Amino acid sequence: MIPEIGQFALVLSLILVLIQGTLPLIGAAKNIPAWMALARRTAQGTFFFLILAYGCLIYSFVVNDFSVLNVANNSNTQLPLAYRIAAAWGSHEGSIMLWVCLLGIWSFAVSVFSRHLPEEMVARVLGVMGLITVGLLLFLLFTSNPFERIFPMPADGRDLNPLLQDPGMVLHPPMLYMGYVGFSVAFSFAVAALLSGKLDATWARWSRPWTLLAWSFLTVGILIGSWWAYYELGWGGWWFWDPVENASLMPWLIGTALIHSLAVTEKRGTFKIWTVLLAIVAFSLSLLGTFLVRSGVLTSVHAFATDPRRGLFILAFLALVIGGSFALFAFRALRVGTPGAFKPVSCETALLGNNILLGVSCGTVLLGTLYPLFLDALNLGKISVGPPYFEKVFVPIMALVVLLMGAGPLIRWKEMDASSLFRKLAIPFGVSFIAALLLAIMLKGFAWTSVVLLTLGFFMAFWILSTLIVRLMQALSGDLAKKLRRQPASFWGMCLAHLGIAVFVIGVTVVKGFEAERDVKMAIGDTVEVGGYTFKLEGLEAVTGANYDATRGTFALIKGEKELRKLYPEKRIYASHGMPMTEASIDSGIFGDRYVSLGEQLSPESWIVRVYYKPFVTWIWGGCILMALGGLLALIDRRYRVKTHHPAPISLMRYTLTGNTVIK
Amino acid sequence: MKRKWVLLIPLCVFMILAVFFMVGLNRNPREIPSPLIGKPVPSFALPDFRSPDKTVTEKDFAGKVWLLNVWASWCVSCREEHPVLVKYAKEIGVPIVGLNYKDKYADGAKWLNNFGDPYTLSIIDADGRFGMDLGVYGVPETFLIDKAGFIRYKQIGPISEEVLYNTIIPKIKELESQ
Repeated sequence: MIPEIGQFALVLSLILVLIQGTLPLIGAAKNIPAWMALARRTAQGTFFFLILAYGCLIYSFVVNDFSVLNVANNSNTQLPLAYRIAAAWGSHEGSIMLWVCLLGIWSFAVSVFSRHLPEEMVARVLGVMGLITVGLLLFLLFTSNPFERIFPMPADGRDLNPLLQDPGMVLHPPMLYMGYVGFSVAFSFAVAALLSGKLDATWARWSRPWTLLAWSFLTVGILIGSWWAYYELGWGGWWFWDPVENASLMPWLIGTALIHSLAVTEKRGTFKIWTVLLAIVAFSLSLLGTFLVRSGVLTSVHAFATDPRRGLFILAFLALVIGGSFALFAFRALRVGTPGAFKPVSCETALLGNNILLGVSCGTVLLGTLYPLFLDALNLGKISVGPPYFEKVFVPIMALVVLLMGAGPLIRWKEMDASSLFRKLAIPFGVSFIAALLLAIMLKGFAWTSVVLLTLGFFMAFWILSTLIVRLMQALSGDLAKKLRRQPASFWGMCLAHLGIAVFVIGVTVVKGFEAERDVKMAIGDTVEVGGYTFKLEGLEAVTGANYDATRGTFALIKGEKELRKLYPEKRIYASHGMPMTEASIDSGIFGDRYVSLGEQLSPESWIVRVYYKPFVTWIWGGCILMALGGLLALIDRRYRVKTHHPAPISLMRYTLTGNTVIK
Repeated sequence: MKRKWVLLIPLCVFMILAVFFMVGLNRNPREIPSPLIGKPVPSFALPDFRSPDKTVTEKDFAGKVWLLNVWASWCVSCREEHPVLVKYAKEIGVPIVGLNYKDKYADGAKWLNNFGDPYTLSIIDADGRFGMDLGVYGVPETFLIDKAGFIRYKQIGPISEEVLYNTIIPKIKELESQ
């Protein structure tokens, strides 16, 4: 009964969203207020039915209704409750359903927090979002129905893939998808601007908070995915350049460019064509990511079930959405903006460089990811593109981005005297370089190749830090308290996010430069030393979990003579899949991780054991958290609240909290 | 009006990509040509599933064309494939040898009881040694072996009716006539 209600709710939301995607758009074009007014109501109705449908799906998982195929395939009576809920997005059907639902949530948010936008704009934005929802709902209902029943009903389900039975699964997909789907708002704003031909600073101010929010979610989603791979796969790596990871990195890179480009559009009224293009590309890459994962055109650890019919459907959908919006862009972009004038030495130039470099870096990732597909399609053989390509091509471009990033905040808008800029930058540059070189030599001695790489890494981090300090001094000179108050939240957001990059760069540099790992055969009583720490295998025992049997090793982590703690890595065999899973055990700290995982069993008494020392690895994720916080901080900027016609979500929270008066 | 053409670039890039995706959809990235094709089937001596004290070797099939189908009760795609094998076992017309791969005996027996047994016989590869010799990296996989004991074809993933009629049965006919 409940699954049928869910099914029915999906059909009802499809009907509503068909109205949302058509009448308001026509109304906006023909200026029919009643039709435009439908946008909000239908978006809110759709939201209600989508949430109802998703609730029904989760309910079916929670009560183990194995007559639903999706539940039978992805859950099991022995599966703990949290994972039964997470299993609702563990399958193909469930993850598309999550996608649609989040799109419903974003549309709902736009409908609620857009009271101050012109009706016409709301109608267009929600109309475009409605059309996207239509496509995805059709996909869901016709090729991937999550509520399909099976008869006879199996006694028990097949269980969730053990790789997914992890707290990471509970958080990673919703966060990542919030980011992916969130770019649909910026996309819809861009398409609305192309349709109406109106794009001004106010438009940029409306789009910015939505973009920042989506970007922050995406950052957190990628971060959780990376951290999950780090501890779950048992290889100690944090980024594998897997096609699906790349698929999430690409919208992030373009999203980052978009945030900066929007700033120029808002503050200077230029870069309009860039901004519109980046907004379209960011969402297109999000859709492309979904296509790559769900169609099985690429080999990846993430591609579970694939079906060419689904692939064809998504491809057709992509062609309509991306092809359609690019066509619209090609024919209408000149109406929204003409190139503005600025001098070669100016903040605009720096941000243009930023747009181009991030675009190029995204292009290299796209090329590396799709290269195997290109070659195969041309019958030139099967190859795979691995980390060496990405490290060689992507890293140098990013180094340039960082160089620009340090200078950017110090360059004035419109025009600046080259020599005064040079004077400002010379000290941070010199200090960063010398400090980086000394630090590298201090740590590595005179091993030149590693010193060069380390110097480069440290230099980038110090460069960001020192230029930030100069920028802060510039902002806060004079009456400190007064100046502190006067800086907008978006300024602090920028500082925090850039600081995050510096922290991230330090993490990557130190991990790459000083990580140590060993693969050894160990029996009880054996010790192995890595990175100044000793791991001693003290015992092996059989343990039984809720739905698995495991061998658990007990290791003592010793530094010098002192035992720091015990570590308990496991090798699990999940009853339902017979698949061995590695559960690493990690002693995590600010200055490094000590990581141990069980490899293969050699005899009843001995195992291959992998131990790693990963100095500063947590800084990689810490940096990402700072970046996301920076995004959120910029979002609460009062300029998105104070004036009356802003859609910033936070603003209305404030409205409701403080009555009608906004903080002055 | 030079600038107008520049604005068409994203559309063109996307259209080229879309064509590649279209072609890519019809290919299987996991389909890696097996180095074993054209080589003799690796030798084995494994217990018979129905009477485990009896040993089966590849020599038992000398002079016959036969299919070696890797299956396991824990394998999800096998459930998709199994009914096809049960339905068309007669039509296939050659011995189908099941290789019960890394499975618990009781689970395997239950599976055959519940879903039917299309196999001429099954052999037990509980520790996956033979599977390793065969280069199995996903279940199900199916090998077509000719009269002289050479592997002629490898099917990765489940056998559908389509694969059966378009590929496997024609190949069997061809090998039988040799």
